[in-house]
Amino acid sequence: MAIPRFWREIGSRYNLIGTKCSNCGKVDFPPRAVCPDCGRKSIGKMERLQLAGKGTVVTYTVIHDAPAQFEMQKPYVMAIIEMDEGARLTAQLIDVKPEDVKIGLRVHSTFRKLGQEGEAGVIHYGYKFRPAVSN
Amino acid sequence: MRDVAVIGVGETEFGELWDRSFRDLGIEAGLKAIQDAKIASEEIDAVYIGNMSAGKFIDQEHVSALVADYAGLADMHLPTVRVEGGGACGAIALLQARLAIASGMYDIVVVGGAEKMTDVGDVQAAEILSSTADQEWESVFGATFAGLYAMMARRHMHEYGTTREQLASVAVKNHKNGALNPEAQFQKEITLDAVLNSPMVAEPLGLFDCAPLSDGAAAVVLCAADKARKFTDTPILFKGSGQASDFLALHDRRDLCTMDATVVAGKRALAEAKLEPKDIQVAEVHDNFTITEILAIEDLRFVEKGKGGPATLDGVTALNGKFSINTSGGLKARGQPVGATGVAQAVEIVKQLRNEAGKRQVVGARRGLTHTLGGTGATAVVHIFERGD
Amino acid sequence: MNAGIVSYGGYIPRFRITPQMIGAVWGADGEAMGRGLNIKSKSVPGPDEDVITISVEAARACMAKVDIDPTEIGAIYVGSESHPYAVKPTATIVAEAIGSAPVMTAADFEFACKAGTAAVQATMGLTLSKMMKYGLAIGSDTSQGAPGDALEYSASAGGAAMLIGTDHVIAEIAHTVSYTTDTPDFWRREGQRYPSHGGRFTGEPAYFKHVLACANLLFKRAGSKPEDYDYAVFHQPNGKFPVRAAKQLEFKDVQIDTGLCVRDIGNTYSAAILVGLAAILDEADPGDRIFAVGYGSGAGSDGFDITVTDQIKKINRHATHTIKQQIADHVFVDYATYAKYRGKILLREA
Repeated sequence: MAIPRFWREIGSRYNLIGTKCSNCGKVDFPPRAVCPDCGRKSIGKMERLQLAGKGTVVTYTVIHDAPAQFEMQKPYVMAIIEMDEGARLTAQLIDVKPEDVKIGLRVHSTFRKLGQEGEAGVIHYGYKFRPAVSN
Repeated sequence: MRDVAVIGVGETEFGELWDRSFRDLGIEAGLKAIQDAKIASEEIDAVYIGNMSAGKFIDQEHVSALVADYAGLADMHLPTVRVEGGGACGAIALLQARLAIASGMYDIVVVGGAEKMTDVGDVQAAEILSSTADQEWESVFGATFAGLYAMMARRHMHEYGTTREQLASVAVKNHKNGALNPEAQFQKEITLDAVLNSPMVAEPLGLFDCAPLSDGAAAVVLCAADKARKFTDTPILFKGSGQASDFLALHDRRDLCTMDATVVAGKRALAEAKLEPKDIQVAEVHDNFTITEILAIEDLRFVEKGKGGPATLDGVTALNGKFSINTSGGLKARGQPVGATGVAQAVEIVKQLRNEAGKRQVVGARRGLTHTLGGTGATAVVHIFERGD
Repeated sequence: MNAGIVSYGGYIPRFRITPQMIGAVWGADGEAMGRGLNIKSKSVPGPDEDVITISVEAARACMAKVDIDPTEIGAIYVGSESHPYAVKPTATIVAEAIGSAPVMTAADFEFACKAGTAAVQATMGLTLSKMMKYGLAIGSDTSQGAPGDALEYSASAGGAAMLIGTDHVIAEIAHTVSYTTDTPDFWRREGQRYPSHGGRFTGEPAYFKHVLACANLLFKRAGSKPEDYDYAVFHQPNGKFPVRAAKQLEFKDVQIDTGLCVRDIGNTYSAAILVGLAAILDEADPGDRIFAVGYGSGAGSDGFDITVTDQIKKINRHATHTIKQQIADHVFVDYATYAKYRGKILLREA
């Protein structure tokens, strides 16, 4: 039962909390203690930053051989998304047909179930992305 | 720093080896290597074991002591080291052992790599493999190991026009080579069509774009070069070694179509060896997926970036082509017991350089290279070997 | 000074299934069932959705319309009869997901389909008493009907959030009144998978008795008549009950049309009346008056007399998809997929 392991990441998994290096401005997700570009100069200078949730698909795949937690959703789409703030992350794309996914697709974050520790265990939530809605 | 040579090699067959345990496999390969080196147990100074995940596959940690024990070496109270680094652990173990001998600390070290992957179910084995990716920020969100490599393939197709046929030609070539290798898990050739029509695992990679899960072990005996002639007429020398790391998560890498760790490790190895890629005749590169071999031959500069697909389809990397890549059959056809990979690749190169590769011999092979990856490319290790004479 | 709605948001899952598809599996005339219930389709939550994810989406849609510091929300209450946990509140997860935590209070409510309106009343009290600046009341459900049961044709999924306060109110709640009795028309025992109900007993002595009594109390309290209102919205377990109630109270069809979302999305239980109210707020103009009476089995009704203010023009009602847009953004699934998503298929133990 990995309760603390998941609980610890709630800020980033629910709310896309990352860090911004106040030395060079680079944004990282998830949060880092040290900027990969600035090294030691950035220690103590990493500021908490909430990503806005908007990004662009950089690459993707449709997964057919699924791990246990994703059995119900296969085939499902996974993508690497470049967030508008510059950081990239890996997430599932939902509310989209696999054939409609393209590199360059604009997406925004949603809140979904990632899995659970069995029928009697804790449920884990986090981000998944869907095509950006136009309003 | 002293030169180091390989004086003996050994390996088990690779495959679904139901009747052999992890201990059985490690011992078999080790004993074969020791016999091949014609050394006595008393002459061994240390044992290094590459193993990715015995803890998860068979609930056993501390496998370094385990293997030395069951090889009959417990009474000698040797130093034993278990090395982990995702799929690169066998190659890292080789490098660590080489450094130990080069430093003068030891004269003779046995290096083994072993993995027992079929004691758990398929789904669980795949999940264990994906723990070498970023567990918290890739695996938890649904990215499987194949899915991550598939995303590299998709981007490579987008940037360089690489096609599924070109990817498939890697598998076809490696199966052709594997058919000539009595130790290979798969000894049947496959057609391009069979690869293209295999069930999808993670698009664009189908079942035949993916190396299998295997049981197996390989071992080599390393010896200080100035003492090697005592044991063998064909010592194979380390000419250069390079190891590099990179961001753990694929999404943090500088370029999704380049494994910077391979580029740097390759440069370091070639620099030490004072060689260029064109000086290498045969190489065993990491082909856990077809795309991985394409990236490897580009990043090791055997071919230009972006040209790995067409080069493979055109036969540039076929047996006795311009560069013979994965003559053993690669991870794809020879098999992929993860911890054994780096060591098994070295065994193949040694056999090639000794002219002992039988039907898959590369004519005139003098220098060979191994390339091994951990995770989705967060670790890369390159070794360059040359005949000692 | 009155408390009122400061912002609102709703979330309807995209998947839909029709009564015909359900009837076909159970050897019933689904088409006729649909006509009888005045339901064309109902929403189906995806396999990675539940009351917690739906509540978060509704709450975020609510916060997106206004520029309010979430730490000024002093209480979050989520009403549902299908919380994912029997113990561990949905409300705390919503609190983290919108940035309100940790200096605030939270709890989950249950009162069948009126748990959401009960949460609205509680937050009205907390903000009127100046204990806090804002309270967030959510009604959200992914309720199920037993396979083949009449309820299966209507039980659906959705959520709506109402941010309640006394400042910058877009719709003032001038009056609220309730009518509550011990009436066992529909219930679910702890541990039971599906609810049970009293068949025709759920009509006259339950829904209609409480809705009409509450409505009449509200007219009296507000000193109003049906023609004083631009909109009316009732709890909508199907498309017939609220229409009949409206008629009995002498409202016109045009007054209840906007809020009658059940026809497309089915009965979203604790969300139902709040989703209807959200649909109205999506298009209402300043000065519009809304008559809202919910109902929860067990049983009770909460009624609200609401007047839209000028402030509604100052919030961004299009920050996220409106209820109408969400209703239109749908994907139909067949019964097998619906059964798979709703966990009605016996799976191997994980």
